[in-house]
Amino acid sequence: MRYLPHTEEEISSMLKVVGVKTLDDLFPTIPEDCKMEGDLKLPEPMTEWELNDHMDSLAGKMGSSSEYKVFVGAGSYNHFIPESINYLLGRSEFSTAYTPYQPEISQGTLQGIFEYQTLVARLLGMDIANASMYDGASALAEALLMAIRITRKKKVAVSKAIHPSYRKVVETYFHPTKYEIVEIPYLDNGRIDLSSITNVGDFAAIAVQSPNFFGVIEDLKAVKALTESEKKTMLVTCFSEPLAYGLYKNPGSLGADIVCGEGQSFGIPQSYGGPGLGMFACNNKFMRNAPGRLIGQTTDLEGKRAYVLTLATREQHIRREKATSNICSNQGLCAMTSAMYMASVGGTGIKKLAKVNFDKTEYFKSELKKKGIKIKFDTPTFNEFVAEFSEGFDKTHNKLKEENIIAGLKLEDYYPELKNNYLFCITETASKEDIDKLVQEVTK
Amino acid sequence: MKEINELVLPEDYKYTAEHEWVKKDGDTLQIGITDYAQDQLGDIVFVEFPEIGDSFDKDETFGTLESVKAVSDLFLPVGGEIVEINEALEDEPELLNSDPNGAWIVKIKPSDESEFDSLMSKEAYLNQLKG
Amino acid sequence: MNDNIVAKGIVQDESLLWEKGKKGKEGFSVPKNDVGSFEVDSDLLGEGPDFPDLSEVEVVRHYTRLSQWNFGLDTGMYPLGSCTMKYNPKTNERQASLPGFAGSHPLLAEELSQGALELIYNLEQHLCEVTGMDAISLQPAAGAHGELAGMLIFHAYHQKKGAQRNKILIPDTAHGTNPASAALCGYKSIPVPSNEDGILDPKTVAELMDEDTAGIMITNPNTLGLFEDNILEINKIVHDKGGLVYADGANMNAVMGIVQMGKIGVDVMHLNLHKTFSTPHGGGGPGSGPVCVTKELEKFLPVPRVEKQGDKFILVDNRPDSIGKLHAFYGNFSILIRAYSYILTMGKDLKKVSQYAVLSANYIKEKLRGDFHIPYDRPCMHECIVNDKLQEENHVSTLDIAKRLMDYGFHPPTIYFPLVVSGAMMIEPTETESKEDIDKLIEVLKIIAKESKENPDMLKESPKFCRMRRLDETTAARKPCLTG
Repeated sequence: MRYLPHTEEEISSMLKVVGVKTLDDLFPTIPEDCKMEGDLKLPEPMTEWELNDHMDSLAGKMGSSSEYKVFVGAGSYNHFIPESINYLLGRSEFSTAYTPYQPEISQGTLQGIFEYQTLVARLLGMDIANASMYDGASALAEALLMAIRITRKKKVAVSKAIHPSYRKVVETYFHPTKYEIVEIPYLDNGRIDLSSITNVGDFAAIAVQSPNFFGVIEDLKAVKALTESEKKTMLVTCFSEPLAYGLYKNPGSLGADIVCGEGQSFGIPQSYGGPGLGMFACNNKFMRNAPGRLIGQTTDLEGKRAYVLTLATREQHIRREKATSNICSNQGLCAMTSAMYMASVGGTGIKKLAKVNFDKTEYFKSELKKKGIKIKFDTPTFNEFVAEFSEGFDKTHNKLKEENIIAGLKLEDYYPELKNNYLFCITETASKEDIDKLVQEVTK
Repeated sequence: MKEINELVLPEDYKYTAEHEWVKKDGDTLQIGITDYAQDQLGDIVFVEFPEIGDSFDKDETFGTLESVKAVSDLFLPVGGEIVEINEALEDEPELLNSDPNGAWIVKIKPSDESEFDSLMSKEAYLNQLKG
Repeated sequence: MNDNIVAKGIVQDESLLWEKGKKGKEGFSVPKNDVGSFEVDSDLLGEGPDFPDLSEVEVVRHYTRLSQWNFGLDTGMYPLGSCTMKYNPKTNERQASLPGFAGSHPLLAEELSQGALELIYNLEQHLCEVTGMDAISLQPAAGAHGELAGMLIFHAYHQKKGAQRNKILIPDTAHGTNPASAALCGYKSIPVPSNEDGILDPKTVAELMDEDTAGIMITNPNTLGLFEDNILEINKIVHDKGGLVYADGANMNAVMGIVQMGKIGVDVMHLNLHKTFSTPHGGGGPGSGPVCVTKELEKFLPVPRVEKQGDKFILVDNRPDSIGKLHAFYGNFSILIRAYSYILTMGKDLKKVSQYAVLSANYIKEKLRGDFHIPYDRPCMHECIVNDKLQEENHVSTLDIAKRLMDYGFHPPTIYFPLVVSGAMMIEPTETESKEDIDKLIEVLKIIAKESKENPDMLKESPKFCRMRRLDETTAARKPCLTG
């Protein structure tokens, strides 16, 4: 077996040193009635080419974007990934390293993640960012628990226009606690209905997503004005499409206290939903309450600039049950990937890229309108929006699926009130031709 | 690590088994950590304070001290209300290492003076350390 | 120093990203606008983030240089105890990057996701066989996430029975994630001291276990690298009081094909695919922490579940007792691909994996005897623990030994854990290290033991040949600088 390097001779010589006769004798401390009888019932080991055939056949049973035109986002976006990033990720010095506990021989990871923290903080307009969380959903759950720790209040207000899966994950995290989640409805324009929040001071945080699940840009200034009207209610904002901040104002500049979300858009393959990247940022004064790892700058004995894991006293391996989170492994390599992506796209490039996403989406919207399709929410959006079709569009949607076109996400499955509404996503990967064809097909 | 005879422990302070000291300061009491405590903890990097106006019972946790790889709770030796916190420690927690007997952490208004009187003298504290 | 085992290299300096570049450079093929320009609401329009502009070659060189400052598994031996740093097979990377998988959207109809669903289903079945558990969810994104899922299942189970409990037993040797995960479910951790042999005493467990206690979280083999011999008795004590038994599977690499946890009374456990099942650790993640349960607890697993209906695979959401969702989609799918690829490559040879891992750890322990103190001297599992007791007289600590190992080209073992051993060095060689490399590690440790007598001051100064000398961690924590 090519991953097991011992020869028979080596095994016998090692057994001799240990003082036992056979490999089976190596487990004298395991009681006999705990031991498994017989062999593991697993398939015969595959050769490398057998494995390739098997995996090729499984991968071939997927409606992936190489063969399908998928006009769905909803938290997972098809953006172009430069080959240079794939190449750099092949550097096994990054991928096969452990968490950088020994900084003298981990400066690559440490500087890379320090740069990631910096770029994320700049992107979101916040003071600091952590070294990553699992995904946008768990990052939101952790952000709300953090707001509860800081404010010592027991209720959070969560906009219904936040990604439905993110809200479900928050519910899972909150279920065993005594904390309460209050769902805030959305208005006819697709934005959060702030007027339905009474007694704002009771809430540890108001959580909104912008762009929200409908692609709609929230009026964060208005939400901030509401949280500020009471002492110690925090504004938590989340996102599933960070590219939007290449075009629109970032949440930090509008007063967010904690910003979190999903960074998959930045160079990470969709991979059936994971791994993604939980981005997490906050302001300096909340630093010691933040979950997750943090990398800080320092110097070595000779005064050379260097990076190290820091503020570890917040974490589970030191503070145990009083830790700010139980998180240990995060999404390190995905964080590194997104930093490579941000560095490759650059400050000038991200504006251009975001604008192209916006323009193509607006073009699609305007073409649909021309054909009499209703755009559900008359509010600015980024690269997603909701279109309302007439009764029976389901059939068209299914028929297009047969033709390898996925014409939006059926919203009724998530919001029963939004019958015949579909959530569309257009990124830079869709050409004018693709969009024109889509318009033609959905309006047939 | 310091030997016991190297420790600087003022005569007029009172001491606790948790290696804190208490000093009378007018109507209030100053609370700090002993030379022994700072030596054991090593470089202190952060002090988590209570809020002014918070009240605690005797022996209740009122804050924490952090070194690079450890966290220690601070226990209030005498029950009372926090009237002042030493803001200098927010920027310079290292004062707890360099001047443990001068760097008080909080000042409190005691709710029961007799709790102060029952604390250890320097001699009793030293005996405990020699244990 | 012996010339054969000195690590040296050509290493370039490299500044921070934003200290390089100039406005107007491009490292990305900017897409064409073929639809015309549309107006943006001026109230909402932002300035765009302050990212540097770099060319592609600058980005490539930047990260290539950074990578050269890192020690990875492909660089050399990485005997980090409790982390199972085994070789990460390259074919796994090929499978994970197949366009059919990498380009797949998570919300497409089931008929367009059959490959992924089949893979998830098969992997669950194989992991059930390895653990002896009845049902598995692959949704948790890391070990601690799997633990949280496990604790949520404990919570849901007791709630369903109508009597919630408020405590949980956790051995003093446990990872910090155990109490932290339990705390998220409102359980107060009750530490259980281990006995002088380094394992749990059923008597101690019996004294602490009561009807307010939800159960026990055991790591087996434990973090001292020892098998909990009394596991059957302990499990019975906990079950008799209506509690559940949780097994932290961080150390599963010791017992594949040897012990099936589901057959010895474990109710819930998690696995770390990035440890036992060879997926790369990525410098901190992404990992994957499947949660495994008995038949009785299956209804509590996270949704959606993958089920087989005829020859089709479907996603099932309608499970009213489920703890809910833990991940926006289905977990770290591309990590699952790698683990599946590994299991198909190994088959029943997974038993050999555990045998060789245990052989290597015991071999190291025997070879180090005399040069290093062995605090719990009994046959170990896949990792062994020594400490710095014999070096104390020369004022050389575990930290000094660890740092010196770097000068010789080895990643140090896990140090100062578990906390119950003073100055612990936890060495986990894994089955993929050759005897030659293991012998080199042993040789180097012996050289360091000698150096600690002859030249202790030099050890305090180490590492000397790495890119960095020791770092000022105090200033980093006192005056945190987390962004540039």
